[in-house]
Amino acid sequence: MTQKTSRRTFLKKGLAAGAAATVAGGARAATPDPLITDVQPWASGLGDGVDATPYGLPIEFEGDVIRRNVEWLTADTISSINFTPIHALDGTITPQGCAFERHHSGAIELSKQDYRLMINGLVDRPLIFSYADLERFPRENHVYFCECAANTGMEWAGAQLNGAQFTHGMIHNMEYTGVPLRTILAEAGLGAAGDLADKWVYVEGADASSNGRSIPMEKALDDVLVAFKANGEALRKEHGYPVRLVVPGWEGNMWVKWLRRVEVMDGPVESREETSKYTDTLEDGTSRKWTWAMDAKSVVTSPSPQAPITHGKGPLVITGLAWSGRGAITRVDVSKDGGKSWETARLAKPGEKMALTRFYLDTDWDGADMFLQSRAMDETGYVQPTKAQLRAVRGLNSIYHNNCIQTWWVRPSGEAENVEVS
Amino acid sequence: MSKFLKGAVALTLLSNPVFAEGFGLGREALPAEIAAWDLDVRPDGTGLPAGSGDVLTGEEVFADKCASCHGDFAEGVGNWPKLAGGWDTLADEDPLKTVGSYWPYLSTTWDYVNRSMPFGDAQSLEADEVYAIVAYILYSNDLVEDDFVLSEETFADFEMPNQDGFIVDDRIETEHAQWVGEPCMENCKEDVQVTMRAMVLDVTPEAETAAPEAEAAVAPAAAPAVEVAAVDPELIAAGEKVFRKCKACHQIGEGAKNRSGPVLTGIVGQAAGQVEGFNYSKPLMAMAEDGLVWDAENLQSFLSKPKAFMKGTKMSFAGLKKDADLAAITAYLASIPE
Repeated sequence: MTQKTSRRTFLKKGLAAGAAATVAGGARAATPDPLITDVQPWASGLGDGVDATPYGLPIEFEGDVIRRNVEWLTADTISSINFTPIHALDGTITPQGCAFERHHSGAIELSKQDYRLMINGLVDRPLIFSYADLERFPRENHVYFCECAANTGMEWAGAQLNGAQFTHGMIHNMEYTGVPLRTILAEAGLGAAGDLADKWVYVEGADASSNGRSIPMEKALDDVLVAFKANGEALRKEHGYPVRLVVPGWEGNMWVKWLRRVEVMDGPVESREETSKYTDTLEDGTSRKWTWAMDAKSVVTSPSPQAPITHGKGPLVITGLAWSGRGAITRVDVSKDGGKSWETARLAKPGEKMALTRFYLDTDWDGADMFLQSRAMDETGYVQPTKAQLRAVRGLNSIYHNNCIQTWWVRPSGEAENVEVS
Repeated sequence: MSKFLKGAVALTLLSNPVFAEGFGLGREALPAEIAAWDLDVRPDGTGLPAGSGDVLTGEEVFADKCASCHGDFAEGVGNWPKLAGGWDTLADEDPLKTVGSYWPYLSTTWDYVNRSMPFGDAQSLEADEVYAIVAYILYSNDLVEDDFVLSEETFADFEMPNQDGFIVDDRIETEHAQWVGEPCMENCKEDVQVTMRAMVLDVTPEAETAAPEAEAAVAPAAAPAVEVAAVDPELIAAGEKVFRKCKACHQIGEGAKNRSGPVLTGIVGQAAGQVEGFNYSKPLMAMAEDGLVWDAENLQSFLSKPKAFMKGTKMSFAGLKKDADLAAITAYLASIPE
């Protein structure tokens, strides 16, 4: 745990501030506000010079907007995961510095100079590229979400973790710059592969985990990117610097970091990460494999357990994120009564394929209990299911791909809790 | 799909006529470079190097390089992966997915151990060591006998128990087909009740109280002693073989000393917690105080599922699965009195 302040202390402070603010809109102030009537130090003295911060971090007041991990989830923190503070962010782009990390052997340091990418297997010319070579191919920019298949996985058996960061924070959304994998495969030549319909690529990372996944050729030639920039700057170490694979709409484990090798093959490798892990066990004990696409999903990010309402009744912005690995989000509905009735939320922008969509429901809160839910629809017509619907098909042991409707119980105090409702 | 595929690569090049022949970037990969990185092994064994390893060698290598996380018997230490056990649990409430109970292909184990293990020292194993470790993991799962030798030749004949336990993603047919269309907006349900609360469970970081421990499994009530049947030399011999699984921690007979487990000489029929100089776990001492006696029945329930019989036992052994092995080990232990 990195944060020093306990959640309860935070809540107390927030609520105290809220009590003062409740009267502000409708009433007169009894005394003049010294923040206005007194000259404040920042209005009189000087701030930092332009040489103080060559590369900046968020201001100290935002010090609790950080990645957090859940210690009991994994044996240690090297092969583990942390969570994006989605409860505290807005818009859709995730800053790299707080975007979730998942490593199997830790985040390695690999320089551009030491970087090599090998293309081998059923190609006309097995090739080696340096980092500099990659920057000479025509490149593209795309915004995509990356979601771990295990996001919300702790909630299969019931409401467990109390915060959107923990239930839905294995996701980030960035603007990637990179070269389409198809361009690089074409450079090596796919004549040797013959009919491409039954061919695969095996993609592998340079770290000690040697994480590797098999991807059908159709996807490899469609929209997969060999990316080296995110949100305009170099990838962070923890996201695969200098080069990672971007596999739009598909589970995060396939987005191989520190990408070092792409092999064209006539079948899947059936590696550890596509057999023993990232397969979804159903109630009868059989397991689904190759469950690559992330189905449509959404969550209210605020209010939520880590982002309680601190201003009392009156105008309230309910907001959240929606996404689908099968296309663009077309609509998000929000319920305040646990799914009895729904209102269609406002999308900040029209949904984009395989990217996060921000939604808002601008409402007038009467101060009563709410059971907040959101329900996403994507361009295929698919409607985000309830947990009961998912369980009816899959049972409780799928671990992965839990895209159920989430419920936050918001109390008259403004505090919120992760609950399940009938 | 194939129409799209045939067109795709050609299109890439044609869309930029200047580079219709490619960009001329990169250089040819040398055979030695490909050999160094192209290590993956396919289900049919393609990619396996020549070599072999047997169970007993594997046991030694495993104890040296794997057991600190995975346990001497591949049963897992703490939160680290359990590699053995879990037979027939995949449809249970809490399935145990191990190499033996879940992994569909042996190639995956070989490939993963070879490329990614040991944790923190990956790619340090010789091919023969990998064969031996994999042979031992199979043995720990009762999938081979202790004289088994794994090599690139015996590999192809081996079929994992859960090979047919997987289906290709069918969500489009089983889920999407029913979850499309205009959803309900008004009067969608009668009543909304809270059925579960995260704050009751209280396992979220930053919460101030610790996660509640799961209730300890209640130890079975002491059963009347069951005497071991008349001496059966064959059964004793079989039990001596089974005892190899115990030898890393337990000694028995003349000159035996306590190791990480207590001396087992005369254990059958003995009251629990009596071996001098051995530091027993608290749960064992508690059960000993309640009068636990290592008669055949108690011994066998303990050895079949140690952690279920005695929650919190220090004995890091997954358990003997076969009734025949339980009978044999009991006969063997009983054959060596004080």
